[in-house]
Amino acid sequence: MIIGIVVGVIVFLLILGFILTYNGLVRLRNQMRNAWSQIDVQLKRRHDLIPNLVETVKGYAAHERQTLEAVTAARNAAVGAIGKGVGAQAKAEGELTGALSRLLAVAERYPDLKANQNFLALQEELTSTENKVAFARQYYNDATLHYNNKTQMFPSNIIAGMFGFRQGEFFEIEAPAEREAPKVKFV
Amino acid sequence: MWEQIRSNQIRSTVLVIAMAGLLLLLGYFLGELFLGSPVGGLIVALVIWGFMTLVAYFQGDSILLAVSGARRIGPEDHPRLYNVVEEMKIASGLEYMPAIYIIDDPALNAFATGRDPKRASVAITSGLLEKLNRDELQGVIGHEMAHIKNRDVLLMTMCGVLLGTIVILAYYASRILLFSGAGRRSSGRGGGGALPLIIIALVLMILAPIAAQLIYYAISRKREYLADASSALYTRYPEGLASALEKIGGSTVQLKTANKALAPMYIANPFRTGARALSEWTSTHPPLAERIRILRSMGGASYADYNAAFARTHKGGRSVIPASALAGTGAVGLRSPSPETMGEPSRLERHREVSDLLWKQSNYRTIECECGTRLRVPPGIKHSTVRCPHCGRNHSV
Repeated sequence: MIIGIVVGVIVFLLILGFILTYNGLVRLRNQMRNAWSQIDVQLKRRHDLIPNLVETVKGYAAHERQTLEAVTAARNAAVGAIGKGVGAQAKAEGELTGALSRLLAVAERYPDLKANQNFLALQEELTSTENKVAFARQYYNDATLHYNNKTQMFPSNIIAGMFGFRQGEFFEIEAPAEREAPKVKFV
Repeated sequence: MWEQIRSNQIRSTVLVIAMAGLLLLLGYFLGELFLGSPVGGLIVALVIWGFMTLVAYFQGDSILLAVSGARRIGPEDHPRLYNVVEEMKIASGLEYMPAIYIIDDPALNAFATGRDPKRASVAITSGLLEKLNRDELQGVIGHEMAHIKNRDVLLMTMCGVLLGTIVILAYYASRILLFSGAGRRSSGRGGGGALPLIIIALVLMILAPIAAQLIYYAISRKREYLADASSALYTRYPEGLASALEKIGGSTVQLKTANKALAPMYIANPFRTGARALSEWTSTHPPLAERIRILRSMGGASYADYNAAFARTHKGGRSVIPASALAGTGAVGLRSPSPETMGEPSRLERHREVSDLLWKQSNYRTIECECGTRLRVPPGIKHSTVRCPHCGRNHSV
């Protein structure tokens, strides 16, 4: 009788622990996925802003062709990298960020362009989108770290292994200073 | 570390329970004294409390925003402010975008309100908006978003209601006692047993509001430290908030619409009086200088870094960050300041931006004259044309 109760309680606790751990893993994985979709939204927004920016800059600084083309090429590469995995996308986006910052640095040399309302609005949107990408990435990486820790640590790792909770991949973009790669020559 | 900070709630919960206990104790003794039944007193206290809680819960944010004369703005009214709020929403992992309000006031302050993240609002004074650069604005908005994320608004509203109920009960009880208490006592219970009762009730009437106030201040200060730490974590740039707080501290303009009950919602105590330093115990906010010192001595952007900086500033080394937030976090690096050249408007441009926004909010129309003058046309103008005062061109309205 007593043994029966003890066994029953132990089984109950095990099942309870199992359910809680499983749900915790699902919650963390969803948090990570939501965070990723947030990055996605911001990246798309950035891709949409760029053709507009390139057109505006062209009107004032048409002979900065090299820089403009580099931005367009980097943007197309980044659009192409969508769906090819976190690592590939991060790399393409990192290159786009570098090309964009070069373009904005070039724009500094054109006072008329800098006074253009449309350009100013675009610049604000772009600066903010860059920030949003960075903040979304920051949040995604934290969420991923949290989730990965949980999938690796005992005892949740057992349940993670049983139900195929795979590790999340970090979204890393190198710091801007390291990113200053040799300029790509076009034409 | 992005989990909602629950264990910190334990300490806050203990303090809230202490306040509630104080309220019930007061109700009990006042009921015994005036109504002849402690249960009656308890019921009166609970009814007042319940009513005020309902009002605060469902109408608190609209009342607060209406009282401070805040007006809601959209993304096109002030793109930079809207973007910064969205940035901090993303960084804090909040699901919903809060409503953004602007208060036409030269004082430097900001606050957050709304009972849950779903219907949260942040408000900022026009003075602060034009004084701060992007990084500083980010720090301030990060602080307000932290109040929303950490559910401080609800906690402080509930504390405020408790405090208010205690103050109201004690106030009216003392009035009644002064003017008619003696009659009731002689006709009612009377006798030797009543004297200690009166003394207890009297002591409670005097001490309960003071004790509740001190508890309230203690909770509020704690949440301020936590919001500062969260802001540093979201922005990865504590210097932004530090420098914003420095600007706020340098201003002597008092907020016109400040309200005592709402003080903990603001980024800085709206009742700060320039020269007179309020004692630490009787303030809703830690001293600005101390908050700045802690932020500036942070070695990284994590909660652990904030806690270490806090311990360095306070010799005692007590902790302000809950253990649950400290556990399981890696090192978090700081970022460098935003480059000034990247579309950062100057002080003058920011001033223009904000005043344009305020004119627009008052339904003024703007006409750009070819000579470069900007004409503002008041709403309900009777003339069909206006003349530019500089070049004399006529513009149709």
